[in-house]
Amino acid sequence: MKALVIGCGRVGSNLALQLDREGWDVTAVDEKEEALGRLGDHWAGGFVLGHGMDTDVLREAGIEDADAVVVATDGDNTNIVIGQVAQQRFDNQCVVVRVLDPARAEFYRQRGLRTICPTSVAIDVLLDSVRACEVRPAEPAKT
Amino acid sequence: MYILVAGGGKVGANFARTLLKDGKHEVTLIEQRRDRFIRLEREFEHQIQLGDATEIYVLERAGIARPPDVVAALTGDDEDNLIISQMSKEKYGVPKVIARVNDTRNQAHFDLLGISPTVSATRGLMALIEHEVPEHDLVHLLELRKENLEIVEVQIDERAPAAGKRVEDLDLPEGSRLISIMRNGHAEIAVGSTELEAGDQVLAILQPGKEDELRKVLLKS
Repeated sequence: MKALVIGCGRVGSNLALQLDREGWDVTAVDEKEEALGRLGDHWAGGFVLGHGMDTDVLREAGIEDADAVVVATDGDNTNIVIGQVAQQRFDNQCVVVRVLDPARAEFYRQRGLRTICPTSVAIDVLLDSVRACEVRPAEPAKT
Repeated sequence: MYILVAGGGKVGANFARTLLKDGKHEVTLIEQRRDRFIRLEREFEHQIQLGDATEIYVLERAGIARPPDVVAALTGDDEDNLIISQMSKEKYGVPKVIARVNDTRNQAHFDLLGISPTVSATRGLMALIEHEVPEHDLVHLLELRKENLEIVEVQIDERAPAAGKRVEDLDLPEGSRLISIMRNGHAEIAVGSTELEAGDQVLAILQPGKEDELRKVLLKS
């Protein structure tokens, strides 16, 4: 199974490494050469230097026969556009897009793009953690 | 009309300025860079807002839900212009959306996502520059995207197979027509009996992609 990870920052690189460990054939794409360093010295997967908005770069990275595409650059709008290009132009069935802004993530989710919003996830986890605390709001003092 | 302009750079600010000068429109300009906003606020006062126009709350504060008659996405970032256009059209039902394309290579993405019309300073400038550079035998003057037609200019020289031929005798590619002939500073409409001469500048209308066929007929043997 081939996976394409576009944007190889903290999220993208660790995701690429994990997919690789799970047996996927992974190619990472990033416009900065330093991003390759995040994949470690033993990275055996692919790496394409370039911008994900460039369809030549996407083709070089093998988008045409990728089974899964993860878009996780540091720009919400860039991710949304690349995700739609992967879905609509290259007909990828499994496209997952990181969108930090909950409002935009929701709008594009309704339009059929599988958006993941780390902000919403963080809010939920933090709320659960607060609720799980032993402490309770103080009872109003009885007078 | 109510017109929302996203992006207060040279293009956006001048566009908003022109609209306001007309005196017929209500305009809101959105600019995300604070330094630019402060400079423009002196001129535009309440008609400019600070914020990222790809954020829904910023758009709503600027009245996107009314909705405006026109949204012009004119920032210097193509991804931002695409998102502003999509949300304006599809979330708020804005009847007319105009998007700026900064990098012409991104035009395909705008087409894919149904964002039309688009404007591109680069594309316009390239046509003008080509027009001035003599090495170009075929110059793109105007693209009518919606109609899927374009107007090009061709320079006929003495070696061109079309030189000395009448327009009606040319085997022009299907769907193309010659419009006019410019000769010695005078332009005339091209009709069937018009004879082409070396030195003529010919305007032709054709479907994009048929340039090579046209070149073959007019320029190369």
